[in-house]
Amino acid sequence: MIKREKVLSVRDLSISFKTSAGEVNAIRGVELELYKGETIAIVGESGSGKSVTMKAVMGILNSNSKVNSGTINFTSYKNNEKHEFDILKLSKKELRKTINGKRIAMIFQDPMTSLNPTMTIGAQIMEGMIWHYKISKKEAYEKAMELLNLVGINEAEKRMKNYPHQLSGGMRQRVVIAIALACNPELLICDEPTTALDVTIQAKILELIKDIQKKFGISVIYITHDLGVVAKVADYVAVIYAGKIVEKGTINDIFYDPKHPYTWGLLSAMPDLDTNDDKLYTIPGSPPNLLNKIEGDAFACRNIYALNIDKRIEPPMFKVSNTHYAATWLLHENAPKIEMPIELRNRIDRMLKEVDEDGKQTALTIN
Amino acid sequence: MESKQPLLLIKDLKQYFKISRKYTVKAVNGVSFEIYPGETYGLVGESGSGKSTIGRSIIRLYNPTDGKINFDGVDISRKMSQKEIKYLRVNMQMIFQDPMACLNPRKKVLDIIAQGLDIHKLYKSKEEREEKVYRILEKVGLSKEHATRYPHQFSGGQRQRIGIARALIMNPKLIISDEAISALDVSIQAQVVNLMKDIQKETETAFLFIAHDLSMVKYISDRIGVLHLGYLLESGTTEEIFSNPIHPYTRSLLSAIPHPNPRVEKERIAETYDYDKSGINYEKGIRKHVEGSHYVLATMEEFEKWKK
Repeated sequence: MIKREKVLSVRDLSISFKTSAGEVNAIRGVELELYKGETIAIVGESGSGKSVTMKAVMGILNSNSKVNSGTINFTSYKNNEKHEFDILKLSKKELRKTINGKRIAMIFQDPMTSLNPTMTIGAQIMEGMIWHYKISKKEAYEKAMELLNLVGINEAEKRMKNYPHQLSGGMRQRVVIAIALACNPELLICDEPTTALDVTIQAKILELIKDIQKKFGISVIYITHDLGVVAKVADYVAVIYAGKIVEKGTINDIFYDPKHPYTWGLLSAMPDLDTNDDKLYTIPGSPPNLLNKIEGDAFACRNIYALNIDKRIEPPMFKVSNTHYAATWLLHENAPKIEMPIELRNRIDRMLKEVDEDGKQTALTIN
Repeated sequence: MESKQPLLLIKDLKQYFKISRKYTVKAVNGVSFEIYPGETYGLVGESGSGKSTIGRSIIRLYNPTDGKINFDGVDISRKMSQKEIKYLRVNMQMIFQDPMACLNPRKKVLDIIAQGLDIHKLYKSKEEREEKVYRILEKVGLSKEHATRYPHQFSGGQRQRIGIARALIMNPKLIISDEAISALDVSIQAQVVNLMKDIQKETETAFLFIAHDLSMVKYISDRIGVLHLGYLLESGTTEEIFSNPIHPYTRSLLSAIPHPNPRVEKERIAETYDYDKSGINYEKGIRKHVEGSHYVLATMEEFEKWKK
């Protein structure tokens, strides 16, 4: 087995925001690990803290935030030199110089607002390279053209002089990806990269990011609420709820053998093209207000499987397998045996069967 | 169902926008479809295909360039009389995409929802106005206390409910929902879609559901129209479109839906469709009948080729 090199390790991270209404505990002890060349998807509802976690990794948290505890360690292997960074200890200036863009790059949700409307896209791609690597304008121009070709934009020379408003949404997101790749980052964070795009373009952009990842061996973190996207791109999945990771594992663990009731709910809520149910499943209630201190399991009040203990003590991470962890008391040895809802069970069985049939079909065509 | 009189009848709708003396954008090119009372018609297509333009032309935010729009027996594509305008404004309502942008941040929820009532003077006393708003709030799953709050105090899903409440309070016959759920989370999307379905069962309101997410459209629609570059390429019942897509564009749209099944999804590459390279000319196509209510826009040869 090839040795996996750790790129990012987040330990017991806790972040709160000072607002006019009081202190909001947005992140309550997040643990995360990412290895070189792998992809992790962070899944959760809006307000669950997935974007805040990644902003902390980038070191671009808002000024009213406070890191209460935890560490973020980032290991760089640039030029075959191992270099460790403790991101939370770096000053803003150091971050700008060594991390932002150069080693960790980010793709934001809305390509319209993340591009500068007053600069040509060529200048925007070149900007980072010139600043970080002090290369000449000509070199940067050559590299920018290469990048535009790489992300699938034709007539690169003409496009270099275009302004963002002259491009369509899908093209703009391609430019954003080109900018993110300009400084050869080792970690790419995609914050809902396709939410603002159409399904047809979404598929193309995801395939593009996947290709690029393979080519350069970079690690990717996806932040998304769309489980279809997760299924397409991720190796590992972390499900986050109310500022805490409630279940993590490989993609097969999460999709075929979910253990946490919240994950059950998320999977059931996905529209399924194969059923003709009259109603979509919804998770009852709404996420807890993080202004208040949370007692016990944050998901307990929306959980029909909640046990008595859920209201008093927060469940620890239980180990299901070497890769699979979930924070629910249902996994405790004294807990009653509760299986996932029957509808979901059926659906997973059907999905597994679909794979089998497909497998057979491909086998037949090969013969 | 066929015997029923259509609520909305659109025939050869054309909507052009003149950009300059030489350049005209043809956003909608001869689209025809009809919506029956109490049904949901889903209009899908990529951005720039003209689906929102159609919605806006129907509710007369634009003046249609050509074609007929017949709503409940009244022709609304030409200049209307004051009485007709008033009738249209009461009986056709719209829900917009961005629930933050479409609610006035300086007004309380009560006043936002009651605005339609105020304009058309549909209440006798202040108490009646409040009563009506409270009833509608309850219907969309909010409570009385929410009426005195401002839009920014709500989450995205709740705000979309306010948008729905505002449309519902006029008891419309048709609601146009323009990408009303695209900006929401998956679990919230499900809540809003369920709400729309419940409301429809109760009030028999017809919906024109504009979206690019086919999986949600499948859940809510009775019939679907697929739109590309201003042409209606394929239309039929949800069943017909999903089980037997004819047009290559429809197929590529269907293949682009991500499946929540990692083992299948990892290997799958979405079918691509490029209009310029496909050699299809939409202008030459005519409406071909496939079966039942299933139609496709194609020429003779294309139709034979695709059907195989």
